[in-house]
Amino acid sequence: MASSAAVPTDVKRPSLLRLIRENKVAQGLTLISPANVYLVLFMVVPLILVGILSFLSRGEYGQVLFQFNLSNYTRLLDPIYGRILLYSLGVGVATTVLSLLIGYPLAYYIARAPARQRSLLLFLVLVPFWTNFIIRIYAWIMILRAGGFLDTVVQWLHISDQPLHLLYTPTAVMIGMVYEFLPFMILPLFTSLEKIENAVLEAAADLGAPPYRVFLRVTLPLSIPGMIAGTILVFIPAMGMFVIPDLMGGAKTILIGNVIRNQFLTARDWPFGAAASMILMVLTMVFTFYYARRAGLSEELVV
Amino acid sequence: MQSEFAVELRDVVKKFITPEGNELIAVDHVNIQIRNGEFFSMLGSSGCGKTTSLRMIAGFEWPTEGDIYIEGEPQGHRPPFLRPVNTVFQSYALFQHMTVFQNVAFGLEMEHATKSEIKSRVGRALEMVRLSSMDRRRPSQLSGGQQQRVALARALVKTPDVLLLDEPLGALDLKLRKEMQLELKALQQQVGITFIYVTHDQEEALTMSDRIAVMSYGRVLQVGPAVEIYERPTSRFVADFIGESNFFDGTVKAVNQKKAVVTIPAWKQDLQATLVADAAAGDAVVVSVRPEKIQISEQPKTNDNCLEGVVFNSTYIGSDTHLFLDVGGQQVKAWEQNRVSSLDPHLFYRKDQKLWLTFPAENVLVLPKE
Repeated sequence: MASSAAVPTDVKRPSLLRLIRENKVAQGLTLISPANVYLVLFMVVPLILVGILSFLSRGEYGQVLFQFNLSNYTRLLDPIYGRILLYSLGVGVATTVLSLLIGYPLAYYIARAPARQRSLLLFLVLVPFWTNFIIRIYAWIMILRAGGFLDTVVQWLHISDQPLHLLYTPTAVMIGMVYEFLPFMILPLFTSLEKIENAVLEAAADLGAPPYRVFLRVTLPLSIPGMIAGTILVFIPAMGMFVIPDLMGGAKTILIGNVIRNQFLTARDWPFGAAASMILMVLTMVFTFYYARRAGLSEELVV
Repeated sequence: MQSEFAVELRDVVKKFITPEGNELIAVDHVNIQIRNGEFFSMLGSSGCGKTTSLRMIAGFEWPTEGDIYIEGEPQGHRPPFLRPVNTVFQSYALFQHMTVFQNVAFGLEMEHATKSEIKSRVGRALEMVRLSSMDRRRPSQLSGGQQQRVALARALVKTPDVLLLDEPLGALDLKLRKEMQLELKALQQQVGITFIYVTHDQEEALTMSDRIAVMSYGRVLQVGPAVEIYERPTSRFVADFIGESNFFDGTVKAVNQKKAVVTIPAWKQDLQATLVADAAAGDAVVVSVRPEKIQISEQPKTNDNCLEGVVFNSTYIGSDTHLFLDVGGQQVKAWEQNRVSSLDPHLFYRKDQKLWLTFPAENVLVLPKE
């Protein structure tokens, strides 16, 4: 009895466990299936629904009518939506570029800091995430509004006696957007920059490169993967952002994200909102792929 | 104006502040003069200041006190990209985003050399390290030895006055390392550039160098050719660090020019010895004898310095037999070369065998007690 109990039963019989143990493909599938199930249920299926929805039409009371047509897309050809799309694209690009310009030196500084300071500095970059996003935006409203903190400081320093009227302007939206997305740029940049061995920078200097050429020829090309990752992490969500323009831009700044939100929540025109979503998605994807390819190529070409 | 010395360290001190806030003296009043065209090694265990010294010559660090002269010119706080020296790094530090050709061309581009000049000079440099066919590869596609040679070509293509090498063979396996040692030495003689070579491997230093500086705790203990360092060490540390040696405490009884008589209290016997440093009668000293210089016989010899010992351990290592003997309560190691090819165990000295050890006077060195 004792000896037979010691023999594992699945040695002879094929079983799921044994399959997973011995088959590399089965192992891979096992590892990815929780994420896959989740993504199929909560992303792929809704996405298909939105895609279908975008070809249906709105009923008189805001209900969805199962009548196939393309009018939602033709409506988007109206120049007003073209302008909004273009403007959103501009805000997305500006947010990305500003985050990159502000984030790069900071990421570089953290990556070159002594090891024991590095984790503290990274931690400080992440501190804003401790507070709710909406609360942080309201804090910015407190700072920027007429007679708010910024105005007080400006008046106290005798720079200007007039309120700056920053809140509810495109500038306020840009401040909010860059603030919100900066950490998503810093973290991948840091990861790329940290990987650059100090000896490699020393080697470049040793071979006769003054500091600015070390940066242009060695540091910058080696950090391109971080720049690509950071850009994607910032640009995609920036394109669909509607909370910041809503709260900090007033009615003056309307991005494509606001249009979509309004169609779903205010105008109750779900098919049109769905069509706008699809267009935003396609536009973002095309733009991102084009950028990633160009940047990836330049990584090959920069020497 | 050509200076007599390629590189000179004059009274150089380098202090670091550790993260704990303590002061660390990495290099302590070092004076070294390296001649033009010389293969010069700085040898020592880790933390002895050899790498810091090299980094100061390269310009990655600046001396706290003293100065470094390259071709007679004081360097002060001159940055690395303005110094006429190039470095081969221990980790190679190749540019992973560039091809082999681009790596080697980098330094020439910084000099604003023309395209055609770059092409021909990089071609020649890659030929010299036998990598011409690899010029379009990325460093990640090369073996360790090949990467090492790219690093070498990248530095040599600049035809620097001095080439600095920081343990460049450290990451290679033993066989490749031995090959590269000979190759490096041949290359140095071919290009005629001064090489300053940092290593912790004594055999490497002895094999390649014209002169060696042995360093310990930030100080230079001895500078000289390999033979001098090995045969005439001036301190117990050097005698112990380079090769192996037996050490016996003693007292100088008499001095006659370069000869001395030293009493070894443990044996209640006098040894005829050779002076390598100043000593006077009555000084407490250490006597050093290398194991392979001890003559072993089954019968006593009439020479001076003949002592009786008992084998307590004998290790056959192929080319030699390592004998460990008890001589009047002191452990003595002696290496015997296995000149006869035989399987007869009686031809080798055995445990518990009584033997006579002879220390020829010229091989018994009197060193200051530390």
